Amino acid sequence: MSELGFTPNEMMTIAASRALTNDDVCFVGIGAPSAACNVARLTHAPDITLIYESGTIGTAPQVLPLSIGDGELCETAVTTVSVPEMFRYWLQGGRISIGLLGAAQLDKFGNINTTVIGDYHHPKTRLPGGGGAPEIATSSKQVYITMAQSKRGMVEKIDFFTSFGHGEGGDHRKRLGIDTAGPTLLITDLAIWKPDPVTKEFTVVSLHPGVTCQQVQDSCGWVVKFAQALDETPAPSELELQTLRDLQARTKAAHEGTGKGKAD
Amino acid sequence: MVKFLPLKQAVAENLNDGDSVAFEGFTHLIPTAAAHEAIRQGFRDLTLIRMTPDLIYDQMIGMGMAKKIVFSYVGNPGVGLLRRARDAIENGFPRPIEVEEHSHAGMANAYEAGAAGLPCAVFRGYRGAGLAEVNPNIRSVTCPFTGEVLAAVPSIRPDVSFIHAQKADRKGNVLVEGIIGIQKEAVLAARRAMVTVEEVVDTFDDLHPNLTVLPRWTIAAISVVPGGSHPSYAHGYYARDNAAYLEWDEIAANREKFQAWMQANVIEKSADDFAARVEHLRKAA
Repeated sequence: MSELGFTPNEMMTIAASRALTNDDVCFVGIGAPSAACNVARLTHAPDITLIYESGTIGTAPQVLPLSIGDGELCETAVTTVSVPEMFRYWLQGGRISIGLLGAAQLDKFGNINTTVIGDYHHPKTRLPGGGGAPEIATSSKQVYITMAQSKRGMVEKIDFFTSFGHGEGGDHRKRLGIDTAGPTLLITDLAIWKPDPVTKEFTVVSLHPGVTCQQVQDSCGWVVKFAQALDETPAPSELELQTLRDLQARTKAAHEGTGKGKAD
Repeated sequence: MVKFLPLKQAVAENLNDGDSVAFEGFTHLIPTAAAHEAIRQGFRDLTLIRMTPDLIYDQMIGMGMAKKIVFSYVGNPGVGLLRRARDAIENGFPRPIEVEEHSHAGMANAYEAGAAGLPCAVFRGYRGAGLAEVNPNIRSVTCPFTGEVLAAVPSIRPDVSFIHAQKADRKGNVLVEGIIGIQKEAVLAARRAMVTVEEVVDTFDDLHPNLTVLPRWTIAAISVVPGGSHPSYAHGYYARDNAAYLEWDEIAANREKFQAWMQANVIEKSADDFAARVEHLRKAA
């Protein structure tokens, strides 16, 4: 914890939660995206629709799920559909406003790798792979990405295109016949980034409190572009911080208790 | 027509060396007991199909039973990597393994096409995705009406599918509820299907008419194995053992530790041991 009273990761999650609105229909990934979505639901966006790829539509979990298919997601959902229906009718059908994704490796055009480090056929490290991400990235109307910055994670060239962002930039999506907006927001533990309207390269538009441009550059593998008028991200409010910390405390207790926390 | 059998016999009658087999359950209702029985019986050269290989395929791969895996997410959900699968893919240990990788949308569509008796699935997918370049089974077709280029993958038609479900009635009809995942498609896509259930009830007469019920004539064999999904879960019966998923990360990280765990918890155990494993996860319903 810094003297600011919150951690960079808390700032990331809360900044991401603020980008979500009551009217959004979100396809939620596990980890930081899931925390951000539920903080939004518990603060300013009580009617936000959260969808997890296990088929649960309109969930409102009390604790963050460890997997995308934890029982509480189904118990609190408006409805639960089969996995083929989820991907065909709801995602492919164009009903998702925002897909939220994390990344192991990310490039400046929002292309994501969660598949392999090294060559695909002879990988140095085999990562879990895409799951739902390849189609979330192209069928959601917009994509928000959250990740903690590191030189290993934010690289000039990713090893594998698990999910397509803006490709080589510019109108690359359009050239492939993809008519959705793709990554429109990147929220890291240090800053808020948006794609340049023409080149589609992610550009820093807001620094989190206490963060310098140098810090952002030092933890990023490409030469960072900064907007001319840089904002400062408002610090987390008391309510936002408390909501996130309570959620994480409930989650920790439930996951470590061999499920006992959930059965009680 | 469906037979009620002890799990040992049901697995022996329905699985063979060299089969393509799906043990399905999307996070929920994973047929762990059936997978463990297959491990005890030592089948070889299997093509293992599962959207999320999860712990059961990590275990089967680590025991050297798989010649190929077909999957769309080879991670331990929410925890990290599947370390036995990684060892096989990266180092060929305990044997080299062939990999066919899809996205969830690709696998889900392929199962549905299998259930529908189609040769392939057509959908809007893999656009700009690297998988289309490394998996020769990801191809494209052009819509004859609009000219849109769509992804095509072969349908999934396993020799045999195993699923876990909440209950069967005395006639052998099977109910699946909660996160229904891909259970129905996996059964209908397969040449034969085997189901483990939490319990058997007299009739399904009081059920809501739109619940997912697999008629008895779609299933070859049913075995009653309470707790048979652990550490996955059965909605209405017991919660997911998230702590066990966290612990698996450490067990599977080391080859010797893995072997010792498999010996103590799978090889020397039976289907009867599952009920005790979920006792503390049962909810006061």
